[in-house]
Amino acid sequence: MTNPNHTAHEPDFDAVTGQSTTGHSWDGIRELNTPLPRWWLWTFYVTILWSIGYWLVYPAWPLISSHTTGLFGYSSRAAVAVEVQALEQRRDQQAAGLKTASLEEIKASPDMLRVALARGKASFAENCVGCHGQGGTGAPSYPNLTDDDWIWGGALKDIEATIQHGIRWTQNADTRMGEMLAFGRQGMLKKDEIEQVVDFVRSLAKLDTAKGANLAAGKTLYDANCASCHGEAGKGNREVGAPDLTDAIWLYGSSREAMIESVHNGRAGIMPAWASRLDPVTIKALTVYVHSLGGGQ
Amino acid sequence: MTSNAAIPDEDGPLYVSAKKVYPQSVKGRFRRIKWALLAFCLGIYYFLPFVRWDRGPALPDQAVMVDFERRRFYFFFIELWPQEVYYLTGLLILAAIVLFLMNAIAGRIWCGYLCPQTVWTDLFFAVERLIEGDRRDRIKLDSQGWSASKIGLKAAKHFVWLMIAWWTGGAWVLYFSDAPTLVKDLATFQAPFSAYLWIGILTATTYVFAGHMREQVCLYMCPWPRIQAALTDSDALNVTYKFDRGEPRASVKQAAQLKAAGQPAGDCVECKQCIAVCPTGIDIREGTQLGCIQCGLCIDACDDVMGKLGRPTGLIGYDTLKAVEARACSTTPPALRLVRPRTILYAAIIAFVGGAMLYQLATRAFLGMSVVHERTPLFTTLKDGSIRNAYTLRIANKRSEERPVAITLDAPMGTTWEVVGAQQTADWRPIVVIPPDSTLDVRLFVTMPQPQAKGPSQMIQIKAADLSFGENATVKDNFFAP
Repeated sequence: MTNPNHTAHEPDFDAVTGQSTTGHSWDGIRELNTPLPRWWLWTFYVTILWSIGYWLVYPAWPLISSHTTGLFGYSSRAAVAVEVQALEQRRDQQAAGLKTASLEEIKASPDMLRVALARGKASFAENCVGCHGQGGTGAPSYPNLTDDDWIWGGALKDIEATIQHGIRWTQNADTRMGEMLAFGRQGMLKKDEIEQVVDFVRSLAKLDTAKGANLAAGKTLYDANCASCHGEAGKGNREVGAPDLTDAIWLYGSSREAMIESVHNGRAGIMPAWASRLDPVTIKALTVYVHSLGGGQ
Repeated sequence: MTSNAAIPDEDGPLYVSAKKVYPQSVKGRFRRIKWALLAFCLGIYYFLPFVRWDRGPALPDQAVMVDFERRRFYFFFIELWPQEVYYLTGLLILAAIVLFLMNAIAGRIWCGYLCPQTVWTDLFFAVERLIEGDRRDRIKLDSQGWSASKIGLKAAKHFVWLMIAWWTGGAWVLYFSDAPTLVKDLATFQAPFSAYLWIGILTATTYVFAGHMREQVCLYMCPWPRIQAALTDSDALNVTYKFDRGEPRASVKQAAQLKAAGQPAGDCVECKQCIAVCPTGIDIREGTQLGCIQCGLCIDACDDVMGKLGRPTGLIGYDTLKAVEARACSTTPPALRLVRPRTILYAAIIAFVGGAMLYQLATRAFLGMSVVHERTPLFTTLKDGSIRNAYTLRIANKRSEERPVAITLDAPMGTTWEVVGAQQTADWRPIVVIPPDSTLDVRLFVTMPQPQAKGPSQMIQIKAADLSFGENATVKDNFFAP
């Protein structure tokens, strides 16, 4: 194709610069010939040769069902695997002290504490946030791990036992067991009796009660049905996982409806036992991490 | 198509081979300045890593060091952390503006005397001259066929070049690790692979750039000549051929004849010594140009010739375009204007940026603290109804000693606080110990009883008081409540 604006004629010299022109003229504008240095061209050839080297050394060409693997069998996946292994080794070294140290010793040593918190945080994000939420904030029916209310105890060894054996996790022999009976569903308390006992419990926690509630009748019912686990003063019993009914923290909500539902249907939250899934060092780290979330006792 | 088909034959070459430059040796004022600067700059480069500077037992005692592993930069009494990399920005701004100022005053001072490319090329030229002889000998040697003596000379030259290049690469890696230790490790092959790799890379670049590429780097690779051409003005001093005095060129004999005939004759005798000594092989008499690095060697060469002819020196010299043009028109050249708006502006920017950096450095805090409020949860209700907020404090200790730091709070009465892993003192101030020259993240719990914990949020102040140096750091954050 010929461009009508383009003419080619003899290369000549440009009077202003004294430089030769390429002989190309576009709309009367001529092009100075400013040749590139020869080494520039060679550099370009070298980059082409270099790319051939890449084809040989690295995986390059797709084949029908695989690809060329390169002379040294390099693959980025294998390289990552090596790095991951090295990282795990380094982590094991860092956590070596955790293996033999007691939970209290870990908590008291700044270096071990730092490692345990980092490891615990990572493991918590992997295994625990599904129920207990990011940061251990919990949700209705999943305990908040940042507060100071512990159903099964908030000391280091209590937390460790809970993580190891779980709660109502029947596959584990040492699991924590305790039952809140379904008083309504099983016909032990009638509807108005449930309301009376709930109003009494609400008065213990200084929550508002229904107008004209018969607290005395509620107390009688409480003493007969509830005090064996929750205690006469309603302070709860960690041996059987009976929560404190006098504080400001309510796992299933503090509304009258939620409490009536608890008494009617009972409650039995389940937590898996982690001893079979996580190694002891990780469980120690998790224990220290949960203990440091704010509620540790 | 007929016209197009003819083009390839008529086209000039699209690539040209570089013409090898054979600079002749020269003596004079500018050559001496260049030798002195070369010795000074290379002396700093090669020996600075071995200078020691005591920073206490926990820190390296190398005066200048970039510690990538621990992410620190040391420069004598200055120690910079990664978050202080803005000093580097300041340095780069200063470097650019100083370059502009030098250019506005006296042209390409950087290119001619200080640029690493110039300095190392100059050194490599000196080696070449020492082994192969001066300009004539070298041209002759290159035009000869290969002989045993030529091979010997060339081999010797490249060997010395490679040794210098290797030392250059070796000195480079010493800036990134403890120099004496690294030298020992390198010698016993205990050093990390990256050290050998970088020595190899720097050896190759030095050998190729200073030995082979030379003026090609300035002509084709460096952006500064282009920027400089756009920045210079007719008031700036530049290495200039004073054509008002030199033209028309005439040999000594011709000049005498011309003058006898009453015709003008210039001082330039066309001896071409200015071209012979030029390290980039240009003709300064064609005017200020891209290829001229303004090293002043042509001044020395021309002064030498003028001196021998009994004519005044300075036919080539530092001069402004304005002055040369004024003299060419036989008018009085204007006075040199070193102080003009652009030099004032550049100097002001240098003073401002330099001053700001100095101020920042002088008032640099050695104790730093930042705070992040825990988001999950924003607050926790405790059994007794009081509210607790969690914070992560990052405390930075920029001294080389371990420092105990007490955490106190400015918050409503009844507020209590604890720090995970801290020692509790008798007066209820949690104390954390920050290791030397590092940061420590600690978790802070702040608990406020119910009437004081007003929602949705109130401001509290957290203070870190260093017990050994008396330095303080404070941060403010919100305390959230339902």
